[in-house]
Amino acid sequence: MTLLVLSGIRKSFGAVDVLHGVDLTVEAGEVVGLVGDNGAGKSTLMKTITGIYRADTGSITFEGNDILQLDPGQRRRLGIEMIYQDLSLAKQQDVSANIFLGREPTRKVLGFLPGIVDKAEMDRQAAKMIERLGAHLPSINRAVGSFSGGQQQTVAIARALTFNPKLVIMDEPTAALAVREVQSVLDLIRRLKSEGIAVILISHRLNDVLSVTDRIVVLRHGRAAANLQTAKTNMNEVVSRIVGGGDQSAAAAHEARG
Amino acid sequence: MDTELASPGMWARAQRASVEQLHIRLESLVVLVLLSTAMAILSPFFLSLSNFLNILLATSTIGVLAIAATYVIGSGGLDLSLGSVMGLSGVAGAYVAVNLELPSPVALAACVVAGGIAGFINGVLITRALVPAFIVTLGMLGLARGLALVISDGRVIYGLPPLMVYVGQGRPLGIPMPAIILVITAVIAHCVLAYTRFGRHTLAVGDSESAARAAGIRVEHHRRILYTLSGALAGLAGMLFMARVNSGDPTAGTNYELTAITAAIIGGTNLFGGRASILGTMIGALIMGVLQNGLNLLAVQSFYQQMAIGAVLILAVFIDQYQLRKESRV
Repeated sequence: MTLLVLSGIRKSFGAVDVLHGVDLTVEAGEVVGLVGDNGAGKSTLMKTITGIYRADTGSITFEGNDILQLDPGQRRRLGIEMIYQDLSLAKQQDVSANIFLGREPTRKVLGFLPGIVDKAEMDRQAAKMIERLGAHLPSINRAVGSFSGGQQQTVAIARALTFNPKLVIMDEPTAALAVREVQSVLDLIRRLKSEGIAVILISHRLNDVLSVTDRIVVLRHGRAAANLQTAKTNMNEVVSRIVGGGDQSAAAAHEARG
Repeated sequence: MDTELASPGMWARAQRASVEQLHIRLESLVVLVLLSTAMAILSPFFLSLSNFLNILLATSTIGVLAIAATYVIGSGGLDLSLGSVMGLSGVAGAYVAVNLELPSPVALAACVVAGGIAGFINGVLITRALVPAFIVTLGMLGLARGLALVISDGRVIYGLPPLMVYVGQGRPLGIPMPAIILVITAVIAHCVLAYTRFGRHTLAVGDSESAARAAGIRVEHHRRILYTLSGALAGLAGMLFMARVNSGDPTAGTNYELTAITAAIIGGTNLFGGRASILGTMIGALIMGVLQNGLNLLAVQSFYQQMAIGAVLILAVFIDQYQLRKESRV
């Protein structure tokens, strides 16, 4: 069964139409690259999947169930996670507080007082997750705002992976990273795929997209303009689909150089 | 890689530990001790049991208000209506008891309910009408004060029944009732803020609203609850004050929001949200209590006390911002 099906998604902000009826499907364990020029509507489309934005019209089903009316918390519980470009971390809170934000484990105190957050359990699981990601943090009890960009991203990734997601959306996960860190993110995507977790990767770095995805969807002027099998396409085709119009070869040449 | 870690001085270590473990500012404790020592030297009356109980009594109203300020500011909000809502609540309680002649428990509850309603209105206007909190609560500051004057016809309502007066003046085991109520409120508020999902979400909302939203926290709903809670706590403070002075005074609590917000900021609450502790706020409230008490003992005119509190607020925010700049590695 297809994991995620979007059909006819429209979204406008006031007079500005951002999405004009987007269709998109993602199979379980599939890595889909979502590319497009600035303003093509990539982030907006992803936020309609996570529930941050409510689509004006269209339908979204996840594992066959209509999720259009669900709020972001409910969609997370179904297994839809997103790693935001700005990471969306609470910077004054520590590592486990961020990883478990909105889903803190609780335990009863004295058998009847409800809802005491189990911080020890949170810290234990957070440390385990960070270790699984092969990352090193100065201290798990420090405010994440004091960490480097790469370390903060580790926390954001750990938050997305801790609750056994079925779909992980990554918005420009490599944009702000050093070369070595980029490789580890790409390795992570491959590992998620091997574990049967679907990934939607938004990136401007087409080399990354070509090397790690199964399929590439090109978003152009708020529509899915192309749906390419990564194995059967190349940089030139992707670039020409992104820019459309006449000056494709120049853009492709530039991209190939870069 | 970072000099702070390479040679951690005792002070730096203690500071970090106090911030991380207890979420309080070590400086605030030092200020409290220094201030108390200075007062003890300056006034022969400062160091006595009866004066200590006086300080506790005076701190109880401000302390309850400061708890409200801590929650709201910790969530990235602001409630300027605390003092006015406190005044309105006291009048409402006195009106219910004296003019409507309803039983004391009903009148006491009316204080908290009146405050809660004012807070709920704040919350709805902020989250649904999308008027900034600064404007909504500034407007409520005027609205609540005006309503208190309308209800009481501009006069102090006297003649509270004994049970209500006991809440303000009673001393079981020699401890003033308001102080007991403050301690109970503070303990509950501390546990909720530090150990429950509600408390952690409050700080997360103040830290990064977008992160909280992405995590599935219903931010607007949470804010409405917080403003309602803030109003209800202002109502509780109004109840304590009314019972202590044995009357419903429509001008009660004037400028108290200034003192309450100052106490919260001194206690380590980040003015822009994301960091707060009730323990710290209680130290802040005690500092304000000792300051006022000391200035009273030294027979300093109350006009100067207002100036002192205002100056302390600005100073506390300055120190906070200065340290944040120092800590950020930009």
